[in-house]
Amino acid sequence: MPNISRAEVAHLAKLAHLAVTDEELDVFAGQLDQILDSVAKVGEVAGEDIPPTSHAVPLTNVFREDVTQPGLTQQQALSGAPAAEEGRFRVPRILGEEQ
Amino acid sequence: MTAVADLMDYAEVIERFDPVLGLEVHTELNTKTKMFCSTPNVFGGEPNTHVCPTCLGLPGALPVLNGKAVESAIRIGLALNCEIAEWCRFARKNYFYPDMPKNFQTSQYDEPIAFNGYLDVTLDDGEVVRVEIERAHMEEDTGKSLHVGGATGRIHGADYSLLDYNRAGVPLIEIVTKPIVGTGDRAPMVARAYVNTLRDLLRALDVSDVRMDQGSLRCDANVSLMEKGAAQFGTRTETKNVNSLRSVERAVRYEMTRQAAVLAGGGTVIQETRHFQEADGTTSSGRIKETAEDYRYFPEPDLVPIAPSREWVEQLRTTLPEKPADRRKRIQTEWDLTAEELRDLFNAGAVELVEATVEAGAKPDEARGWWVNFLAQEANSREVELAELPITPAQVARVTVLVASGELTNKLAREVVKGVLAGEGEPDEVVEKRGLKVVSDDSALLAAVDEALAAQPDIADKIRGGKVQAAGAIVGAVMKATKGQADAKRVRELIIERVGA
Repeated sequence: MPNISRAEVAHLAKLAHLAVTDEELDVFAGQLDQILDSVAKVGEVAGEDIPPTSHAVPLTNVFREDVTQPGLTQQQALSGAPAAEEGRFRVPRILGEEQ
Repeated sequence: MTAVADLMDYAEVIERFDPVLGLEVHTELNTKTKMFCSTPNVFGGEPNTHVCPTCLGLPGALPVLNGKAVESAIRIGLALNCEIAEWCRFARKNYFYPDMPKNFQTSQYDEPIAFNGYLDVTLDDGEVVRVEIERAHMEEDTGKSLHVGGATGRIHGADYSLLDYNRAGVPLIEIVTKPIVGTGDRAPMVARAYVNTLRDLLRALDVSDVRMDQGSLRCDANVSLMEKGAAQFGTRTETKNVNSLRSVERAVRYEMTRQAAVLAGGGTVIQETRHFQEADGTTSSGRIKETAEDYRYFPEPDLVPIAPSREWVEQLRTTLPEKPADRRKRIQTEWDLTAEELRDLFNAGAVELVEATVEAGAKPDEARGWWVNFLAQEANSREVELAELPITPAQVARVTVLVASGELTNKLAREVVKGVLAGEGEPDEVVEKRGLKVVSDDSALLAAVDEALAAQPDIADKIRGGKVQAAGAIVGAVMKATKGQADAKRVRELIIERVGA
């Protein structure tokens, strides 16, 4: 029983907006299965008392004072945009729904 | 042309079904800076003028959490009687939509900063309903999109879209209720009262502008119906874009009648988001709701966990305002109000304004009269919030003092207030400029009385004959002659004196 099914890979590809061919699905499903196997090995040595690590540094509560600093001008903000109009970033037609 | 949905009569809905509500309220915090960068957090402005590399999601930019926003989140949690997490993290909510240039929204997923609370909500009839709070979590607001082309300005049919990221990264707290059950026909009223109470609470905490019209307080209403006696909840819909208290009530009521008709017709309710149409009070179908795991949440690696010390939490608890229900009770007692007067006061959003007016020297009932009646109507006709009217509590208080001292009649006082609203200056300046002082000079009044009596000798005779009530006609004539600037009581005295009755 593989860790990840072909259908799950297809679903993930859809969520990531990746066009994946039928052949690629077979390849990726096999590769991802191997990766998940390797990750699962880590789980074998981690005991109940070891919490999962999400951060490499043992820090908490890193806060910033609520003091403003100037940001970018509109011109600077839009300078790297492929297209702009009326001071706004212009993006191609959106096919999804509003979040 | 769109099909008109079948609706069931509301009384029948209540007879056959039990409504279940879930309310999600988003409130933008009024911090000076955004959630993860030092860019100013202000409403509006020219597009893309309140942005920086971090909130634009430029490569290499890193977020740093606003400590004040965390403080506000904890205070909101405490005011909602929540537990405060000992340790929690942010998570990335991944989706494809250009309102977040990073392609994800930084939010909290399974570790909200506050959870398991409640808010006691007083309904118009005085009954208190306890609304259980599931969680309150921190996140960031998204940019605003403008859809160009197509017929409706909506996303469908648009040729392209324009993005303004001024709002992207503004600190946002999402407050989610547990399912609200057992409210029956009062479900729409409960929804409205909950949002209203929450708004008052957030205002008292001074953590948000809570302007529904500007989007700093937004409500999504989840509604489902279950057949009487059923053990399981029905399928819910989530109505978005509900931008006023009245709309909250209307949207819930509409969804109840729509879903009931669907279910009664043997159909099934589709789990989807729906858009509220302010114009006709209906909802229309939106997006089929994605399941939670489709957002592929994972812990935000760029922000370290938050572990609020218990000392800090307890210190913040001491900064909480009076609980809404206690406050209502106190105000009712202090100002000696009936339940109805109290309700009108709260519904008009006038409590703080009346309090400030009383503090500035007005009597409570007079201050209340101005804000709940005259000024509420003015605000209504201008379509602004009461607090936005260009008149201050101090100015209203000054007008009540002028009335109390006899320098203004009630009628003249309204003229003065209108003058202040029109930007003519302080009440005393308006009195001066418009010449609104009560004519208290008896000689001027006597001249007007004599003239009126001479013009209507038959009435003068009647008064002389003992029909004192006939003096009313003369009073009216004098008031007209003095353009309403006379004290009617004094005029009456002078008339009686003059005819020697």
